[in-house]
Amino acid sequence: MNPALSVVVFTTAAGAAQGLVVALAVAVLAGMPIADRSLSNALLVATVLLVGGLVSSFFHLGRPARAWRAAAMWRTSWLSREAIVLPAFIACNALWWIALQRAPAFARAPLLPLAAIALAGLLWFCTAMIYACLRFIEEWAQPLTVVNFVLLGLSSGLVLASALAVLAGEGLALRAAVPAALLATVVAGAARAAALRRNAAIRHRSTLQTATGIRAARLVQTSMGMSAGSFNTREFFHRASRAAIARIKLAAIGLSFVVPALVLGLVWAGALPPLACTLALLVQLPGLIADRWLFFAQAKHPQNLYYQVVS
Amino acid sequence: MIGWLRALFHPLPLAGEGRGREGAAVPPSPRPSPASGTGSEGKQLALVIDLNVCVGCHACVTSCKEWNTFGAAGPLADENAYGANPTGTFFNRVQTYEAGVFPDTDTIHFPKSCLHCEDPPCVPVCPTGASYKRKSDGIVLVDYDKCIGCKYCAWACPYGAREIDEARQVMTKCTLCVDRIDNPTLAPGDRQPACVKACPTGARLFGDVKDPESEVARAIRERGGYPLMPEWETRPANQYLPRRVTGAVGAAPRETRELGARSPEPWSAGTPGR
Repeated sequence: MNPALSVVVFTTAAGAAQGLVVALAVAVLAGMPIADRSLSNALLVATVLLVGGLVSSFFHLGRPARAWRAAAMWRTSWLSREAIVLPAFIACNALWWIALQRAPAFARAPLLPLAAIALAGLLWFCTAMIYACLRFIEEWAQPLTVVNFVLLGLSSGLVLASALAVLAGEGLALRAAVPAALLATVVAGAARAAALRRNAAIRHRSTLQTATGIRAARLVQTSMGMSAGSFNTREFFHRASRAAIARIKLAAIGLSFVVPALVLGLVWAGALPPLACTLALLVQLPGLIADRWLFFAQAKHPQNLYYQVVS
Repeated sequence: MIGWLRALFHPLPLAGEGRGREGAAVPPSPRPSPASGTGSEGKQLALVIDLNVCVGCHACVTSCKEWNTFGAAGPLADENAYGANPTGTFFNRVQTYEAGVFPDTDTIHFPKSCLHCEDPPCVPVCPTGASYKRKSDGIVLVDYDKCIGCKYCAWACPYGAREIDEARQVMTKCTLCVDRIDNPTLAPGDRQPACVKACPTGARLFGDVKDPESEVARAIRERGGYPLMPEWETRPANQYLPRRVTGAVGAAPRETRELGARSPEPWSAGTPGR
């Protein structure tokens, strides 16, 4: 597939926001003494990320003015379900933020944090299932797709929470967030590595023979039927070289998981000042963008079988 | 809501495992598919394409474009039409393949358009309901007034049958010329898809594959019609009649070719052919 920057940015930003909100909700449910001001600032960050992601996702639409129609087919379409859950999640966060200003006791009650956790989880599931439900894109049609969306969101959200805790001077929250972020990053890295390993070993079910039904051991395309490409060649081929893909993969793994985990580990051990959490955040951001780009680029669509030779 | 909950707990398909490991390239068997069965499920209009007689002239491509760019599905965008790299929206393409090893090779021209699957994966994924399968005759259509251009249906089609129209930014695809086949202003003989009318060799048959007495159902039944990519169980309504290799008159019969080997070339997600 040819990764669309709008979708890459949207899923990365929304994932981090979901992770951050889950971290805040768990902290509140655990009764952690976080100042109202810090909590509402963090919720504001999450909401800005979500709204930014939503705006970004509109750039993927050919007809953004009709986007409201996307809520119609929630019975069958994961994209439609995502289009319903995302605004609901934003609304829940906004309500929580307002509650913190107007009715702090209500904001600390379990209702809103629990709702936020449930909606964040639902949103991860919907987003991941958009890809995992396409059974013939075998790189995506696997449970690890869902697992990865959740874990990458938790990892980036907790790294973001650590950085925000440092900047807000929330010592107690920081002491909880750093090891949680470290754990999530290590587990997310392991799950992502497992998915990459599995995908590298896929032998695709579709071949040129099944695609055309021509029963010959040697079968080659001599013409795709056009000379200068079409939607089919623009949308489904990423056009990056193998060397570029290898570099992007290295950057994705190193920047998303290895470096942030090292930094967080050193902060946890006391070898680095807590302010280094912001470094982990700054390193992880481009890493996650590269990783999500790779997620799309790696997916081999069976339609590509039909578009191999121009003449 | 219940369906959604059920889907939540339904195990994910692990399509890459198991069967894919050993013999992924087993070609479709030439027996007729359920689509040519008893007709108990109502009507299903479709094309049957005879690879024996397609000569690769692209008349179906141009007549399709000509009719549909002026018809209900149009206009179909063209970009850079007179430049070095012309591109545009087409509902139908003719591709060419070479099968076999020299000197025993066949050049096979392969028309490719929407297959109007009986279980179309592109329809349930559409978030707006713009993509639908018409109940009366099984044609898969797009409501251009509802389409938001998210391209998800194109991702969900394993055949690459859908193309976004770059000018209108809505998804387009073969309509089986719904504005011809139901058109009372056309002479009865003209009420068939433009591609079928245009084909000089009669390689394209059109009709109801659920009607066992129809020309298309008979062709599928008697001449080994097969669906594309049967491994994804989309049940394409369009089917293809396989090339029958016949020897030269008076010559010894040619050997039957080995069936079902894996394609030696790995296919790419990176660059389309050049």
